[in-house]
Amino acid sequence: MANSVSVNTSNKDLWAGGAEPYKASYGKLMMWFFLISDAFTFSAFLIAYGVIRFRHPGYEGTLSDFSFSQTYWPVPEKVFEAFPFFHGVELPLVFVGLMTFILILSSVTMVLAVEAGHRMDRQGVEKWMVWTIFGGLVFLGCQAWEWSHFIHGTDAGSRLLDGSIIYGANLQLNQYGPPDFAAFFFFITGFHGFHVFSGVALNFLIFYQATVGILERRGHYEMVEKVGLYWHFVDLVWVFVFTFFYLV
Amino acid sequence: MIEPEISTIKPEPADKKKIFKIWWVAGILALVTAAEFYVALQFPESWKGFKIFLFIGMTFIKAGYIVMEFMHLGHEQKSLMWTILIPTAFVVWLLGALFIQADAIYHAIYG
Repeated sequence: MANSVSVNTSNKDLWAGGAEPYKASYGKLMMWFFLISDAFTFSAFLIAYGVIRFRHPGYEGTLSDFSFSQTYWPVPEKVFEAFPFFHGVELPLVFVGLMTFILILSSVTMVLAVEAGHRMDRQGVEKWMVWTIFGGLVFLGCQAWEWSHFIHGTDAGSRLLDGSIIYGANLQLNQYGPPDFAAFFFFITGFHGFHVFSGVALNFLIFYQATVGILERRGHYEMVEKVGLYWHFVDLVWVFVFTFFYLV
Repeated sequence: MIEPEISTIKPEPADKKKIFKIWWVAGILALVTAAEFYVALQFPESWKGFKIFLFIGMTFIKAGYIVMEFMHLGHEQKSLMWTILIPTAFVVWLLGALFIQADAIYHAIYG
């Protein structure tokens, strides 16, 4: 039947093997499949977190009496209640909320960059990419502060069963609760933070290519769209991390 | 020194409706996040199960808007959309199943 196959080579949008599947370009489709596999990776983190979380007793009393203990899982809003320059003031989840908002906003500016790219508006792409990169960098800065605070701990620290007092958390000891809690904090937010970091690097690459006119000479701004998909995915993961690590 | 290249391409004018739609979705995302905060800090502690249900529900609303609008999946071919969503749905199912199992293990050990 080989002689009945006809390949239309005149259309430059066609894939080498024939018509493009799903009417999506090769790059976009591969980005989607990569994101699916990346979603599986984050799901594995979430499964591990959930299983370990369920294996520890939860805190039973009222929130106002809450104190850190190695015997039960901590209440997140009691752990994450610090805010830069407001030392000692209890602001539960406000800082994480701000981080969430910053990442969502940088997702919005990314959509606007993609939209500008569709119109071949080079200045628009440049402007919105700068804002997206800025949002990503601010998020990373916030996360660095959050980690630093988590690692150094509170003023009072937490007393272990042998009477010694520990401050903050690392991969062996954790003042806020079971050591696994700190381990998951480092691994989940760390893995996500690394995604944000590589996203910022890719965004910068695209911004550079747009600025020097590479994308314009290419005739389309599809790279903005592909990197945009990745950037939105990073935002999407944070939405889930925010819910399952900080709220539930 | 290299002269900066001047663009000769005139961009098409922006579609006001499209831009408005983007900010509209952004507004919804901000509102849902604000609602999450309200539930987390204002709802009584005794409503724990209900609060978790609300959190997960609102997370999926946010995820839906990000994937369908920002990532444009809702406007791609339907077959592409399902290629992405069906495997994801199976993973969500797996998550649920493993959490139920973990809970059962906890109760088997600690009663």
